[in-house]
Amino acid sequence: MRDFLKRANAFLDAPLDLGPRVLVLCAALALIPTFTSPLYTMTMFAPQYPEGLRLYIYSYKLVGGNNGQDIPEINVLNHYIGMRDLVSEEFGEFKWMPFVIGGFSLLFLRTLVMGKMTHLVDSLVLFVYFGVFALWSFGYKMWSYGHNLAPTAAVKVEPFMPPMYGYKQLANFEVYNYPAVGSYALGASAFLLVMAFFLAARRARQAPSA
Amino acid sequence: MRTARATEMSRFGILALAVFAVACAPSAPKGAQRAGGGATSDVAIAAQKTYVAPGDLDEYYMFSSGGHSGQVYVYGVPSMRHLSTIPVYTPYPATGYGFDDESKKMLGDLTWGDVHHPSLSETNGDYDGRWLFVNEMNGRLARIDLRDFKTKQIIGPIPNVSGNHASAFVTPNSEYSVMASRFSIPIPKGTVAGVDKYATDYKGVITGIKIDPKSGEMSFGWQIVMPPFDYDLGDAGKKVSNGYVFFTSYNTEKATGKLEVTSTQKDRDYIAMVDWKLAEKSAAEGKGKMIGGVKVLDPKEIPGLVYFLPCGKSPHGVDVAPDGNWIVGSGKLQGVTTVFNMEKIQTAIKNKNFTGDEDGIPVLKYEDIKDAEVTVGLGPLHTQFGPDNWAYTSLFVDSAIAKWKLGTWEVVDKAPMSYSIGHLSAAEGDTVSPDGKYLVGLNKLSHGRHLSVGPSQPESSQLVDISEEKMKLIYDAFTEPEPHYAQIIKADKVKPIEVYPKEENKHPYAVWDVKDAGVTRNGNKVLVKMVAVRSTLTPTDFEVKAGDEVTIAVTNIEQTTDELHGFGLLDYNINIVVDPGETKQVTFKAKKSGVFPFYCTNFCSALHQEMQGYFIVR
Repeated sequence: MRDFLKRANAFLDAPLDLGPRVLVLCAALALIPTFTSPLYTMTMFAPQYPEGLRLYIYSYKLVGGNNGQDIPEINVLNHYIGMRDLVSEEFGEFKWMPFVIGGFSLLFLRTLVMGKMTHLVDSLVLFVYFGVFALWSFGYKMWSYGHNLAPTAAVKVEPFMPPMYGYKQLANFEVYNYPAVGSYALGASAFLLVMAFFLAARRARQAPSA
Repeated sequence: MRTARATEMSRFGILALAVFAVACAPSAPKGAQRAGGGATSDVAIAAQKTYVAPGDLDEYYMFSSGGHSGQVYVYGVPSMRHLSTIPVYTPYPATGYGFDDESKKMLGDLTWGDVHHPSLSETNGDYDGRWLFVNEMNGRLARIDLRDFKTKQIIGPIPNVSGNHASAFVTPNSEYSVMASRFSIPIPKGTVAGVDKYATDYKGVITGIKIDPKSGEMSFGWQIVMPPFDYDLGDAGKKVSNGYVFFTSYNTEKATGKLEVTSTQKDRDYIAMVDWKLAEKSAAEGKGKMIGGVKVLDPKEIPGLVYFLPCGKSPHGVDVAPDGNWIVGSGKLQGVTTVFNMEKIQTAIKNKNFTGDEDGIPVLKYEDIKDAEVTVGLGPLHTQFGPDNWAYTSLFVDSAIAKWKLGTWEVVDKAPMSYSIGHLSAAEGDTVSPDGKYLVGLNKLSHGRHLSVGPSQPESSQLVDISEEKMKLIYDAFTEPEPHYAQIIKADKVKPIEVYPKEENKHPYAVWDVKDAGVTRNGNKVLVKMVAVRSTLTPTDFEVKAGDEVTIAVTNIEQTTDELHGFGLLDYNINIVVDPGETKQVTFKAKKSGVFPFYCTNFCSALHQEMQGYFIVR
């Protein structure tokens, strides 16, 4: 047991080689698109909307297609079924998410500078936790929009869960929801950290015997 | 017995003669193949050339005058589908035009106008797709903005102009749109003189309406007093003839009474050639004298302002060819069209080769200035142009279009029209670069070419394919009365908006949030700021006192294409339609007390029926 802990400590103290450090730097850089591109896109088609209504969710804002006009349009349509308006103020995530992502890039850079396995493990664990939490939070938001419908709505619909990934027919609308560039950047960043971890772990296991 | 037999024989003889006579009298004119008679076409080719499949768009817009309907009609070419009606001089409940304060004020006391000649704005002699100017007979001009296809300004009635027919032709850079009197009167308006004083006391008037190059805003430019002829049509010179505008005139006899006889005695009447740049300069120098509230220039006092070109006989159209050098004048009571040469005109002016004058205006010598007399056919009225020096002249009496070549003066083809063609309009056919391809004959009669709709019959507008050597009739469209002239512009030159952007709405009573909608009172004046958005008109009900002056300003806060909302107030004759992003205002006296429902008139949404409320007058 002691031996295991000793080995674990040694493993965590192991310095990071050039390869893992480059990957960590890439992971930090991979976060940049989350500030410039949406994390998620929703596209809705109906016979009356052959060009589709589009919603782009960034880490810090909502943007509607057609010069922003699609958001009021979606809200006008949703008010008939009693759904709350989509407004940026309703998204608490927008207040903290960009700063947290910024914090992660700093944490990754710190790992790059400090250069120990322990820093890399911290980065990876916290980042995965953040990713899972963000996904849950987003899913919950979608669920609550689809379930908290005003009882006075003109058109009564069964509470519904919009698709998280892919296509669903909702009344006259074909709804297509997909993660966008920002989300893929987060995924790429996580992937790079995992790569860095495995590379470093292999090196660390080889080190004591050398 | 014999007598009886002879009678029998002669009876038989008469019968045989009758049968023979019936067999001889043809039932249809030569060449007629259809039950209705008239022009025919190769069905398969015509169908392919004109069929615009559902969802596909036309290649050209055609803006057609609506005559005494007071409107402009928009068609797609080649489908000839009626796309929209632009109300100009007449109220049009479909768009609420003439009901809201602004359009009501623009119409003034006149609720009809006789629209004749749409004129698209030009840059360097080519359509630029910005505005459409249309005249009407009561001495007015209107500007339609092609950004939203709405009438933006009506100017006039302009003083002294009477029967504004020779209008609204614009100059090559839309510096001016012109007006002229078809019915000379004693001026200023209100002056009374008997028709026995026609030759001396009655005056024709030509006017230039200045167009602001940025905003399109029209203002009075200059006016010229002319001999009492009937100024009929016009066209601005271009390229080498830029700076001049040409007007045909009939009744140069200065006759009165039964004009069909009295005004058709001379073999030649005149085309007036007006130097508009000189008119502009003279007006800027303060020349002329005040008549009817405006400065009027007198050609007697300004040498070079106007010249008369003799043109036979009772000319109707005058059309400047794309190169600007050939000017085509069509004497409607003869079989030829005369082509004048601008260079020859200028030489004649320089050499002062005049045959005399009319009220001090020099008259040029016909033989000196003409290049050709083209034997196009009977009753030539108007000429439009195609590429490669092709010209197309409408023949009212022959009921046909003649195709001929500028330069060789050869008539190469004739296409029958059904029936009695007036104007014709080729694709960009009066610009410096005509497109060819399509030509529309705007006919005066349509009888038998459509399902019968009773005695009040539509006019026919026939589409002709002019892309090949032979002209081919390819479509019959039936148009609202009454298309005079039309212009056809390439669709991509026109760039209309889909909604009015919120940022551009500067209406003082515009409200963009349902929370800001409401009623305010100031003495006996009540202001209702109303919001229209799917599917509520807010406030949904409001009360006023009988005798109050009520202003309702409705803002449609939608920014979605085609989400129009209407506001119809029953029993009060109030009907406005508000486009997305627009605010419209209507002011009226609450005369009748009671409960009056209002509702959205323009179908908008699944809950459109519920978009209603009550106006209560106590």
